[in-house]
Amino acid sequence: MSYIPFSSQEQDKLVKNIGLTSIDDLFKDIPESARVKGLLNLPDSLSEMELVSSFQKMAAQNKDAHSPCFLGAGAYDHYIPSIIQPLISRGEFLTAYTPYQPEASQGTLQYIFEFQSIICELTGMDVANASMYDGSSASAEAALMACRCTDRNKVLVSRALHPQYREVIKTYLRSANLQYEEIPLKDGVTDLELLSQTIDSNTAAVMVQYPNFLGNIEDMVAIEKTVHAQKSLLVVNAYPIALGKLKPPAEFGTDICVMEGQSLGNSLSFGGPYLGIITCKKEWVRKMPGRLVGLAKDNQGREGFILTLQAREQHIRRAKATSNICSNQSLNALCSLIYLVTLGKKGFRELWDLNYQKAHYAASRIAALASFKLAYPQQPFFNEFCIHSSKSVAQVNTVLKNAGILGGYALSKDYPELDNTLLFCVTEKRTRSEIDHLVEILAQV
Amino acid sequence: MNPNELKYTKSHEWIKVDGDTGIIGISDFAQHELSDIVFADLPEAGKTIVAGDQFGVLESVKTASDIFSPVSGTILESNAALKDHPELINQDPYTQGWMIKIKLSNPSELDTLLSAQDYQSLIS
Amino acid sequence: MINTLIFDKSRPGHEGHSLSRGDVPTQEITIPESYLREKECELPEVSEPEILRHYTRLSQLNYCVDTHFYPLGSCTMKYNPRVNEDMAALEGFKQLHPFAEAPQGALQVIFDLQESLKEIFGFDAFTLQPAAGAHGELTSLMMVKAYHLHNGEKRNTVLVPTTAHGTNPASANMCGFQVIEIGANEEGNINLEDLQNHLNSDVAAVMITNPNTMGLFEKNICKIADMVHSVGAILYGDGANSNALLGKVRPGDLGFDMMHVNLHKTFSTPHGGGGPGSGPVGVKSKFAPFLPKPWVIKENNQYQIQEDCPLSVGMVRSFYGNFGILVRALAYIRINGAQGLKSVTEQAVLSANYLKEILRKYWDLPVDRICMHEFVLSGANLASQNGVHTLDVAKRLLDYGFHAPTVYFPLTVKECMMIEPTETESLETLDQFAQALIAIHQEAMDNPELVKSAPHKTVVSRFDEVQAARNPILNYRQLKNAR
Repeated sequence: MSYIPFSSQEQDKLVKNIGLTSIDDLFKDIPESARVKGLLNLPDSLSEMELVSSFQKMAAQNKDAHSPCFLGAGAYDHYIPSIIQPLISRGEFLTAYTPYQPEASQGTLQYIFEFQSIICELTGMDVANASMYDGSSASAEAALMACRCTDRNKVLVSRALHPQYREVIKTYLRSANLQYEEIPLKDGVTDLELLSQTIDSNTAAVMVQYPNFLGNIEDMVAIEKTVHAQKSLLVVNAYPIALGKLKPPAEFGTDICVMEGQSLGNSLSFGGPYLGIITCKKEWVRKMPGRLVGLAKDNQGREGFILTLQAREQHIRRAKATSNICSNQSLNALCSLIYLVTLGKKGFRELWDLNYQKAHYAASRIAALASFKLAYPQQPFFNEFCIHSSKSVAQVNTVLKNAGILGGYALSKDYPELDNTLLFCVTEKRTRSEIDHLVEILAQV
Repeated sequence: MNPNELKYTKSHEWIKVDGDTGIIGISDFAQHELSDIVFADLPEAGKTIVAGDQFGVLESVKTASDIFSPVSGTILESNAALKDHPELINQDPYTQGWMIKIKLSNPSELDTLLSAQDYQSLIS
Repeated sequence: MINTLIFDKSRPGHEGHSLSRGDVPTQEITIPESYLREKECELPEVSEPEILRHYTRLSQLNYCVDTHFYPLGSCTMKYNPRVNEDMAALEGFKQLHPFAEAPQGALQVIFDLQESLKEIFGFDAFTLQPAAGAHGELTSLMMVKAYHLHNGEKRNTVLVPTTAHGTNPASANMCGFQVIEIGANEEGNINLEDLQNHLNSDVAAVMITNPNTMGLFEKNICKIADMVHSVGAILYGDGANSNALLGKVRPGDLGFDMMHVNLHKTFSTPHGGGGPGSGPVGVKSKFAPFLPKPWVIKENNQYQIQEDCPLSVGMVRSFYGNFGILVRALAYIRINGAQGLKSVTEQAVLSANYLKEILRKYWDLPVDRICMHEFVLSGANLASQNGVHTLDVAKRLLDYGFHAPTVYFPLTVKECMMIEPTETESLETLDQFAQALIAIHQEAMDNPELVKSAPHKTVVSRFDEVQAARNPILNYRQLKNAR
């Protein structure tokens, strides 16, 4: 299958036009010794039909894609309205370039402006950018940003933050010669006492998750007091769906709010592409990494949108840029925008209710079983919760797997003290019968 | 052209000295090169700097330029008017477009700076 | 507003998506009231037909590869095959949770793509984790740092040519390196003397794009590799221009130690209006232990996820990479095969040289050499004689139905225009583009004002970027406050 619109006659014509004898002449600058001899050692080319068959076979092997999913842990199985796919697969969105030439890109620019707006509405924050790679790298960039804003070089990260996010933040901070320190857990949430003992005038930021990785909703007001007492920045990693009824981060004084936008209309897709979201208070806007779309007027007074404050970015500031980031996750941002608009005010609230109700129903039914109990019965949660089992996690997961259920996330790998504990997530997609079936199967463990 | 009573740097800043206080800005040549300035990122009062240190950034739409201090000392004040009207630097670089006021810690540094004539030769 | 914002289309009571009714017994809300919103989230209320129309009409304001030729140098705006979209949308991929246990089909995609990229570029190992080219650069520099530290050395400098893309020095800076720029010679290649003067044991890495951002193959690349290695530094390749190399030469064979690749350029995955992309990084075996974890490996015919990677730099993002993009790239490689990829490069370079030979009669060609997949022209003469800048030419091209070429780098060429046709544009399109540029050149001489005030036929014309940056209005709330 070839996508090249040239016949060999046309190619010959071009070669002659340039004044060469053959196509090989074009590559004479390549040192002889390094040239590829013959062809690369790759599998034979395929027709489109053969390609489709081959990929269908590979996809079919992933049986877990069809099991009812009770896994969360940073990636969520929410229902994706059917209006999204036809819109994002329009060539005008899919195959458009970065909107550097605004006259040719008002579609892209306007949807990014709408995206920035709707994210601000969700979080209450002053400014949102056009998106980052994913929630984890957005968190890492937020850490770097906080150090820039405060001119300090240490970041405190709650152990209740997603383990992979902590790993990514650590990786970024280490590279930039900045300090990373973890605040331990107490009863499934950030240990406030230890936090106030550890935070000092060299702390640029304290990073927490809302709800946290274990599903628990922390006392954000108390955390904010401790953080701002030292003039450090409060960086909150929020779960977008939870903001349907949970207090938006701006309202308890968050300085930088980051999110993973996958749960907003983006498919699970084995981990990517996802959507990093970063927002901040307006006084920090020039220190924020990534693209920003702003309103502008053209020379005839017409309003439209452009990329703005580009002087912060790599293509202008080069070594002194706020970040090296060049792309954003534009198409994923469009997904999320359409998702939120489609759900609308009422739908977003109802979505929250469904998640809350189903998760709490599942939690209470599982906790009523002999071998299981809630790991943190006193902590409020939204749609994720920890279940402690008197049987081994290996046993539980085997039983679930045999029953065709994609079960909870085993926590002991990341939290060794939480052995025999599983993190379950229940979204609006899980029907009552799927939940009852889960309980039935767990009862057999 | 370039006011004679001022001293200049090779990186196009000027300084006006009054006793042990200096006022610093950028030259007409520099503001022209930068074109329309959209934002001036200036330091807070109380900060100490050394001659040659970058103390701020001037942003235009297409560039972001570092500005360097001709002298060492302590920042007394940044021009608050530039916050809402950064274009003052373009319109009036030597008076209303001043950027910082500094208390000199080492006035002898002034001897190493360029005179108006030397600066003029540099930019011609 | 040229197109109303979705928020202004909101009407109380209009509903978009409908959710299922709740089917479980009502649960008590045990979250403290103080943790809950007092005010509702003010999302717009719009019905589905209105939403569809709004975004469809917005889309129609865009140029895109499907409708327009984008001769953007260094971007490789080639055709995005639709079969790739279908493959990424297969349920078994799309609906798969990243913590599903060792799903063989998904891991095979990752593994096979790693193997193919290794073969295409001549490296011993690849990571597919980075989400974009710049992310790949950052990852590479992290590995550079880790490698030297592991060998007991703290090297602080990175050398970057003046012709480099802006992400190169920005990435180096994010890793705490000092960036020193190396000049180019008249041929547009790296100035060897300048390089030699700056090479010492404090240099951690030298970042090179080959072919460079002038579209020219670094003739001295093997010598450069030797020079870099002789001081114990690492030769890093920015692979943005890989469309010039497929099946012809492998950077690994030229002496590169590490390199990032842009799947959304060379391997046809769509640009999406600015992302998502993917920036895999290839390394020679001695750097493999430092690759971000986890690793996807194959043992006893089973694909596995290896978490125990003691020397790894860590993770640069969650999970395994932009998996949906990886599927598309693998599909592209499989459908092409070795011969197909070679043909891609041959046509890309052929088309670029064809255009160069036509256009050099009107614009300056800073370096008169066979170019690779792209070439750079200078509009400096037009600017000085007629006051028409390359940016003006770029805007006027929009009136002719073409997206502009790259005009903001390389910084070393005044009024530069970097043109990359790619292999998926027909001869007819190439000729039309050349005719348009020639016509604009004439206009610039006969009627410069027409070009300087372009574009004229687009939905909006040039924006006042200064005002927009002075008083940024970045969202709907700020817009309402400003009114």
